[in-house]
Amino acid sequence: MTGPGATLGQSSKPDGVEAISGIPVVDVDPFAIEFFENPHPSHEVLREAGPVVRFEEWNAYGVARYAEVYAVLNDPATFCSSRGVGLSDFAKEKPWRPQSIILEADPPAHTRTRAVLNRVLSPAIMKQLREDFSVAAEKKADELVARGSFDAIAELAEAYPLSVFPDAMGLKQEGRENLLPYAGLVFNAFSPPNKLRQDSLERSAPHQAYVAEQCQRENLAPGGFGACIHAQADTGQITPAEAPLLVRSLLSAGLDTTVNGIGAAIYCMARFPEQWARFRNEPSLARNAFEEAIRFESPVQTFFRTTTRDVDISGFRIGEGEKVLMFLGAANRDPRRWQNPDSYDIKRQTSGHVGFGSGIHMCVGQLLARLEGEVMLSALARKVATIEITGPVKRRYNNTLRGLDSLPVTITPA
Amino acid sequence: MPAVTFIHPDGKQESLDCHGGESAMQAATRHGLDGIVAECGGNAMCATCHVYVDESWIGRLAPMSADEDALLDGTAAERLSNSRLSCQIKLADHLDGLVLRLPDKQI
Repeated sequence: MTGPGATLGQSSKPDGVEAISGIPVVDVDPFAIEFFENPHPSHEVLREAGPVVRFEEWNAYGVARYAEVYAVLNDPATFCSSRGVGLSDFAKEKPWRPQSIILEADPPAHTRTRAVLNRVLSPAIMKQLREDFSVAAEKKADELVARGSFDAIAELAEAYPLSVFPDAMGLKQEGRENLLPYAGLVFNAFSPPNKLRQDSLERSAPHQAYVAEQCQRENLAPGGFGACIHAQADTGQITPAEAPLLVRSLLSAGLDTTVNGIGAAIYCMARFPEQWARFRNEPSLARNAFEEAIRFESPVQTFFRTTTRDVDISGFRIGEGEKVLMFLGAANRDPRRWQNPDSYDIKRQTSGHVGFGSGIHMCVGQLLARLEGEVMLSALARKVATIEITGPVKRRYNNTLRGLDSLPVTITPA
Repeated sequence: MPAVTFIHPDGKQESLDCHGGESAMQAATRHGLDGIVAECGGNAMCATCHVYVDESWIGRLAPMSADEDALLDGTAAERLSNSRLSCQIKLADHLDGLVLRLPDKQI
């Protein structure tokens, strides 16, 4: 299968012959605090080193150019997920939690579970949610305009999704404070065994216990996504034992991602006032402005795949059973694919960015993320004149997620 | 090289040259056509590349999958009997001259 400009081929080398691959070895740690602070220069190093790079320390490979990232995402038979989408190879190591039956699965098993979540999060369902989500966004915007100065992460990027997502899932009121720490853990756990990963795992017991409990049918309110998933067990689409694991997928990936997506959009608008002004003149661009923020910041930065056979990636051979790290954020700023990739442009044609992935594992909640991002930005565009950063911007460190810990702002009413 | 014609809701027509094998959605976004959003980039997940296929062409397209059928229930503009997702229409010589009408909204 070929992507735009990349070639993935059968290896032509005879079995047992070790080719001198010539894959450039890079001295970059994409899971280091310094990297998180400013990944862009390192992303450029990774892209320019070659179509494939090698990380000696972890015995893993990486792709950072758009064409190769797209090609790997779209060839799940060669680059599988069932051996884990972190560095840990499930063929050799026990996963830290029971393996996901959708994220960490391949066809045909994945096809069946994916169909279930596709139905639960379909465009038709989003149409039903739009009104309630819009009302909540208006309310949040009014409240923030009245406040004037606030932390745009805690009180906007986190507060808005927390005001709609847990209810849409059908979660109990008690224990919701576990949701963000649990998601932080899940996304920290994809990395090599660094300090962030260890610390998250050590603190994880109460969050894991909450999530396990909350995935059970009796704890999910009727009409929510969780109950919808369990209802599919009644019709035989999944087994009763599988339903809680699919609920867990939404609890893992349905909140922190949108928090960082909305946070990215607000951070862009605060940094680039000319784009905010353009947006206020044309609030119908809300959805594209959000999408462009996803391209620009790439809240989910990386995922691994594992090769199922020897494969040539754009002329470089890697063997079977190797881990390949895809740099979504680097691909989304690859000058081979994007004009002025380092500019945030709310009118950019963003289709094709890989911020939500691509192919069969592309984010199943992308429509929910876009709905939240669109209605929140749209409400702000109508009610807020200016957004000014008024204090130190602090980054939140996570092995997979890119976002802020604190963004103090002052806004003025429209 | 097959060509495809998009007709906007106001009647304006645009004919685009296409690469064989690409989808009608990919041709539209490659040419920067207004009216095809394609948020998911062609993964049949978003229903924002909705088109109405000209009646004379509808029978010549490959049948839709169950996934496409389900997504079309969520289109922003009304679903009609000739509604399709343009990312699922692969262009080839036998579709040279295909005519697709754009809905008034995708979101």
